[in-house]
Amino acid sequence: MSSRRKTAPKSIETKYMETREEVLRGLGQLDRRAFMRVSAGAMGAAVAAGVGINPHSFTPVTVSTAQAQPGGGAGAESFRFAYISDSHLYKKDLNERFVRNLLRAVDDVNAMDPQPDFVLYGGDLAQLGQREELDLGAEILKGVKAPVRMMVGEHDWYLDMGERWRHHFGAPNYSFDHKGVHFVVLNSVVEEDFWTARGLTDMERMLTVAGLDNGKQNPFTVGSPQREWLKNDLAELPSTQPVIVFSHSPLYKLYKNWNFWTDDADEVQAILKRFNSVVVIHGHTHQVLTNRIGNIHFHGMLSTAWPWPYAPEGLPGLTVQMNRPDPFNPMDGCGDGAIQVHPDGLVDKIYKLWNRNPATVSRNYMASNGRKDKPTPPNTDSY
Amino acid sequence: MRHVSKDIAAWSLCFLSGLSLLGCSGPAAQQHSDSPDEQTATASEGTEVTLCDNETKTVVQGPVTSQAEGQRIANALMAQWQAKNPDVDWEAEERKSRTFVPSADNSHLLKKEDTQAVGHPYRNYTEADLESWKRDTERLVVAGSKVFHSADELGSTIAVSCDMCHPNAANTHPETYPKFQTQLGRVALLRDMINWCLQHPVRAPAMEADDPRMRALEAYIISQRAGIDLEYGKH
Repeated sequence: MSSRRKTAPKSIETKYMETREEVLRGLGQLDRRAFMRVSAGAMGAAVAAGVGINPHSFTPVTVSTAQAQPGGGAGAESFRFAYISDSHLYKKDLNERFVRNLLRAVDDVNAMDPQPDFVLYGGDLAQLGQREELDLGAEILKGVKAPVRMMVGEHDWYLDMGERWRHHFGAPNYSFDHKGVHFVVLNSVVEEDFWTARGLTDMERMLTVAGLDNGKQNPFTVGSPQREWLKNDLAELPSTQPVIVFSHSPLYKLYKNWNFWTDDADEVQAILKRFNSVVVIHGHTHQVLTNRIGNIHFHGMLSTAWPWPYAPEGLPGLTVQMNRPDPFNPMDGCGDGAIQVHPDGLVDKIYKLWNRNPATVSRNYMASNGRKDKPTPPNTDSY
Repeated sequence: MRHVSKDIAAWSLCFLSGLSLLGCSGPAAQQHSDSPDEQTATASEGTEVTLCDNETKTVVQGPVTSQAEGQRIANALMAQWQAKNPDVDWEAEERKSRTFVPSADNSHLLKKEDTQAVGHPYRNYTEADLESWKRDTERLVVAGSKVFHSADELGSTIAVSCDMCHPNAANTHPETYPKFQTQLGRVALLRDMINWCLQHPVRAPAMEADDPRMRALEAYIISQRAGIDLEYGKH
């Protein structure tokens, strides 16, 4: 058949790509100046008309209660950053679904208005740490308008022990200050050598680590050199300094069989304990996941590639689960999201699920230990 | 089961060839073996020695006069065979890599007063019987695990395997089948859902119901849910 039937059913993915292309084509017809004129005009008209500002999409205009103090102290300003995580890219010609999902997440964060202060990439950009996968991921993430902060995952690391990842993104652990909050990014997927003694090839090592239920690997750790680095990094800061930590694996012990686990989590938590306000944002678990241990609040991130089931035991009490993703919708349970940082350094964690209502796990819910502001479970109808 | 069946064959072959090589490693065996498996027609230039797989061969020049020489030939043949069958230890490897639930304990069958009815030919089980049941049953489960965790065995065109969404077969709930699968609009068996997953998220061809890979997959998935109540039809 040379001509396509107009009635041929299209997949959700195809429809999405068509809509996206249409929008991009439309944008391409505006030059930058015209675009600025249009948007400035629209803003001016809105202000002149006294249109109320939607608190959800315009939150961080200025809520600053005090000047952000260099080196910390509570009383910084409120702001928002976005996250994309766990895209598990293969080469484009091998698996285009995961590629399209990451593109969708990039579109999501680029469409945020106002733009997030930065975008955290939560690790596992690649599936098997291959050069083509990491190169492709780096290329796609260049399309993010806001600055991107990178974190490493085990899938990025264990083929060449991070060489290609570092080529693109630099050191896997670093810290920075933003609007009064001290941010720390860790490499929490350090595994003790299990490959040399077994004589594994690089790819065998990678495939072992890439299997979530593969018991031949060792548990994730932050490791003592990095814990020392963390201690030094935090040494000068007062306990009133809000701290937000990014780690790929949850910085607590949830389920060892799937490495929903950091083996030296207790030691890392001990370092963070003296701060009044600590938030840990982690990837790896591909689900809505919430925990609190003392003063430390933990939030998981969604994957763009696929959702994981909940661990069969040890689920933290604060977690309001999403129900089982619908296997008939490849996007269900996947998504991206944002984090609204309050002046005290505590956060609202927003899960933007692509096939469900968004879920917000609020600062108040966490601060009240689950007594107030319980999130609505982001469930689909039973099927 | 394209790969796994070959692997199972290779596994048993390993045993056979190991044994036969022991037998043919002495000088006597090399020179005067009457086993057609080990030594076949001689060409005038040398003696062709064939492994018990009837495929792996080498030609030996002149008489073999020492045990060491015989062993060298046997080792070379074995190495040649192992190079052709690199996955020979698949079962041990798979067992090391994954978590398995042991099959049910049948030791009650050994109690004479319970079930060992006098003179009943099917009831006089020994520990060896029980061990062989367990070994064979669990081997099918282990083979299933290998298929479950391998995009290649599954035939995925996009490098996706079952464990990527279902570690330890979580969220496969085999105990709820058969059930009315609303998305399909009909009653489905576990194998229908496996085939649906193969064709969609995994993008592989569907398997025949009696495909050895399908049988192994079902075995693995069900084994991981041991102890869970059967609730067919449950949503």
